[in-house]
Amino acid sequence: MVEDTISAVATALGEGSVGIIRISGERALEIGEKLFRAASRKKLADYPANTLVYGHVYDLDGSVVDEVLAVFMKAPRSYTAENVVELQCHGGIQALKKILQLTYTVGARPAEPGEFTKRAFLNGRIDLTQAEAVMDIIQSRSEQGLKLAVRQQQGQLAKELRALRKNLVDVIVNLEAVIDYPEEDIEDVTYGKVNDRLDEVSSEIARLLSHAHTGKILREGLRTVIVGRPNVGKSSLLNALLREERAIVSEYAGTTRDVIEEQLLIDGVPLVLADTAGIHATEDFVEKIGVERSLKLMQDAELVICVIDGSQGLKSEDEEILQAAESKACVIIVNKSDLTQIADITSLEERFGKERVLTLSAKTLTGVEEFTAWLKNYVYGQEGALGEGIYVQNVRHENLLREALRSLEDARFASQGMLPYDCIVIDVRNAIDVLGEITGDTVQDEIINEIFSRFCIGK
Amino acid sequence: MKFITDSFDVVVIGAGHAGVEAALAAARLGGKTLLATLSMDNVALMPCNPSIGGPAKGHLVREIDALGGQMGISADTACIQMRLLNTGKGYAVHALRGQEDKFYYHTIMKEIVEKQENLELKQLMIDKIIVENDQVVGVEAETGEIFEAKTVILATGTYLRGRIVYGQVNYQSGPNGLRSAEKLSASLLEHGVELMRFKTGTPARIDARTLDYSKMERQDGDDTVQNFSFISDIKTRLQVPCYLTYTNEDTHKIIRDNLHLSGMFNGMVEGVGPRYCPSIESKIVRFAGKDRHQLFIEPEGLHTNEMYVQGMSSSLPAHVQLQFMRTIPGLENCKMMRAGYAIDYDCLDPLQLKPSLEHKLISGLFSAGQSNGTSGYEEAAAQGLMAGINAMNKILNREAFTLRRDEAYIGVLIDDLVTKGTHEPYRMMTSRAEYRLLLRQDNADLRLTEKGRALGLVDDNRYRLFTEKRTAVERSIEVLRKMNISPSNENNALLTALGTTPLRAGANMLDLLRRKELTYSKLKEAFGLETLPEAVEEQVEIFAKYEGYIAKQRQEVERALKLENKRLPEDFDYQAIKELSSEAAEKLDKVRPTSIGQASRISGVSPADISVLMIALEVRKRKEQ
Repeated sequence: MVEDTISAVATALGEGSVGIIRISGERALEIGEKLFRAASRKKLADYPANTLVYGHVYDLDGSVVDEVLAVFMKAPRSYTAENVVELQCHGGIQALKKILQLTYTVGARPAEPGEFTKRAFLNGRIDLTQAEAVMDIIQSRSEQGLKLAVRQQQGQLAKELRALRKNLVDVIVNLEAVIDYPEEDIEDVTYGKVNDRLDEVSSEIARLLSHAHTGKILREGLRTVIVGRPNVGKSSLLNALLREERAIVSEYAGTTRDVIEEQLLIDGVPLVLADTAGIHATEDFVEKIGVERSLKLMQDAELVICVIDGSQGLKSEDEEILQAAESKACVIIVNKSDLTQIADITSLEERFGKERVLTLSAKTLTGVEEFTAWLKNYVYGQEGALGEGIYVQNVRHENLLREALRSLEDARFASQGMLPYDCIVIDVRNAIDVLGEITGDTVQDEIINEIFSRFCIGK
Repeated sequence: MKFITDSFDVVVIGAGHAGVEAALAAARLGGKTLLATLSMDNVALMPCNPSIGGPAKGHLVREIDALGGQMGISADTACIQMRLLNTGKGYAVHALRGQEDKFYYHTIMKEIVEKQENLELKQLMIDKIIVENDQVVGVEAETGEIFEAKTVILATGTYLRGRIVYGQVNYQSGPNGLRSAEKLSASLLEHGVELMRFKTGTPARIDARTLDYSKMERQDGDDTVQNFSFISDIKTRLQVPCYLTYTNEDTHKIIRDNLHLSGMFNGMVEGVGPRYCPSIESKIVRFAGKDRHQLFIEPEGLHTNEMYVQGMSSSLPAHVQLQFMRTIPGLENCKMMRAGYAIDYDCLDPLQLKPSLEHKLISGLFSAGQSNGTSGYEEAAAQGLMAGINAMNKILNREAFTLRRDEAYIGVLIDDLVTKGTHEPYRMMTSRAEYRLLLRQDNADLRLTEKGRALGLVDDNRYRLFTEKRTAVERSIEVLRKMNISPSNENNALLTALGTTPLRAGANMLDLLRRKELTYSKLKEAFGLETLPEAVEEQVEIFAKYEGYIAKQRQEVERALKLENKRLPEDFDYQAIKELSSEAAEKLDKVRPTSIGQASRISGVSPADISVLMIALEVRKRKEQ
């Protein structure tokens, strides 16, 4: 069966210590080979089918993303009865997401819910009695997606996308009316106007995508690390945060290599904290994290919380960590405000910006509330409370939005270059179709109905 | 007293644009064919506008021509003004439109039909179709004559229980005062054919001698002579002007004051009219804010004073029509020769048809043209050609000939009709085609001539011209691709003189041709390229300039084809698939799509329904194995 090649995370997110990415379809091997390099330097195809091969997944720039075990299963001897490559990743949820994204970049399409199973069925891999179960899976997955909060969010998103689509349909309707009725008395479209409209919609989609970051945080948690030289009060800060009434800690057995992750919800902000095994085990584990380890942990973090001891001056170790933090999203916590302050806060403020330097005492809890407010603002922005903004939570949606944006870029290019209308229309239509894939609307009749309702045309 | 007069392979009912193409195609494919017309004097009559072509319609004419149909050749011959429209808007939407001498067009077509081997033209009123065991076996005329037939093609236009309305005047009639077919509808209904009632209309004709041309804007044809047909060799052409004028507030007031007298508004007209072809009264009601509407005054032929008032279709009483026309600049003293009228008529719901245009329940009964709920001469001719071909395919036990949406406007037209149906007379528009860049009017021959040849409708002459063009295009592209231009001072001076940026690195000639500001003829001048036939030059230029966009559309086609290639069996029991939404099951049951792709275009069938369908299809396949 000729189909696109699809990929998705085949294990449930957040469960188990190993995440598997499954790539299925004609191009599975080709895509796998593009991303995976075996430690043996042999090609995946050179191994017998169904052999586990040790190696690494590399980013397009050549950097290592994760250490993985790869396996190629040749059609029809795989779950879907198509060519399948599975990558067993150990690098935790971030690496998993990154690798998944890479599979899309090199040619796979995000799998629909239940699509592996559906293909398995369609390819005759699952027998007749299982057909109904397939439908159940597809349905139950989509029901899961209809949880109240999500539905509200999606409803808002769909509303917003429909408005954008309408804007684009307007552009097309004008172009099409002029094309199909060249002699009618209707105002010709100007390239300038088309450009303005396309700009408007593009920046709106870009804005939604920038919020996709928030959506992702809501979905996966903000990957955070608390760093600082020993004994600056890292673990007492953590405990102070946890003492907050609204903090929820969940056992998150995200053990990857030697890094332990913990998921916390602090006043509505979900954090994934690396190397915090100390919370429940030995309290000073976090405290003992040294400079070298701090620097390493910072690499993967989306937010770095740098703790320094305000009652002491900045040591060279502090300086080393601060320097590394400069290139990252970070916040500087000047701890121990209950003691006499020696550290030069002013120069820190000049260096990192006043809003990124907070003074508090993890011991007396003075200033801790301000810090949680800072976190909340950092994640949700000025819009504040959860649920008010529109967040793109779904990776498929995010991908479709990016595709729409690309099409609009092409359309703007055509319109700025004053290419003929029929060229512009192609990309705008594609953008509309893609947005329609998110909202479930189709385009053809809509445009024609609009032409007739808007313009007085005909003999 | 009934008697069997003769037996035919194909009987075509109606000799309008659909009927003529159907009969010619069937006869040319070797079928013994009868073409029945209500009047020998009205073969290929143009009862409405005196023009052929325009956006999407011009595309259809070229496609008909590439497949070996007749319309393009006749339209070239009878043309009295030709224009290429939309030239500034891209090659895909360029559209040829010809003003035609209606009488000459009819004369040419009648002659071609009469001279066609295997084809008999007869003046007959057909009252009944004869059906035995769900198979059409012949037709019965009002004379009592029975004509046996293996297949019958309905091309009844607006004649089925046709009724003309203007003001209080209202009588049973076909267009132009021709007889209407009063009995055939009942016979069709009796055999289970479902009918709808549609409406259309035509404006008044006025006397050319009574117009003041100084008050109107003159519109001339193009200087360059172009033809619809890829084999027409017409190099000079008479270009008779048309005239542009506008309605005004006075016109609108008269129409508003008399609305209650309009057949359209007083309930006299029952049929559903087309939105794209509204009567002047509809325009004024629906677009009340518009202070003027444009009108084109077009000649109906060289040997008549009748002028067609395009944009003025009306079913108001004749004296009101005259009164409001006289408020229009240039028409102040006009004399009306024929009043405009509305006409309503019976037509088939096209959802009853297969993509071959054969009725799903009555084997051998085909339908084409306005009787399928379309409007326009070109739409009719396109369906006629396909119905004629498929009637013969049926007789010869060949697979039905259908065109996909990415292959031809004809494909889009028929797929829309049999998949979505229509609630108003259907007009072809370029915006209905999703792969417009592939379906250009300039490449209709490259898309379809091979198919026409395989069918047996493309003669040696046409095929030779086509292969020569195709070879020349392919060769020229290769020549240009291999022609490297170095960034030498000399070359760059030439480029600068052409108004384009100089080269920094070497490039080939095809790359240069991609530049918006460069054309083949400019490059030819500067770099001494070979002279190519115009049509070849055009193809090469389009190839260079549109390559990226064309590639994009081809990718879309590839994606869509995967669904088109998943065939659905004719006897699929949709009602038995309980996971389908009830609306989807009902629609699928009615349309009986031939592929998953077609199913996905039916309104009310969701992507979830399509998933269910694919699974059910697989279940069925496995059961059969």
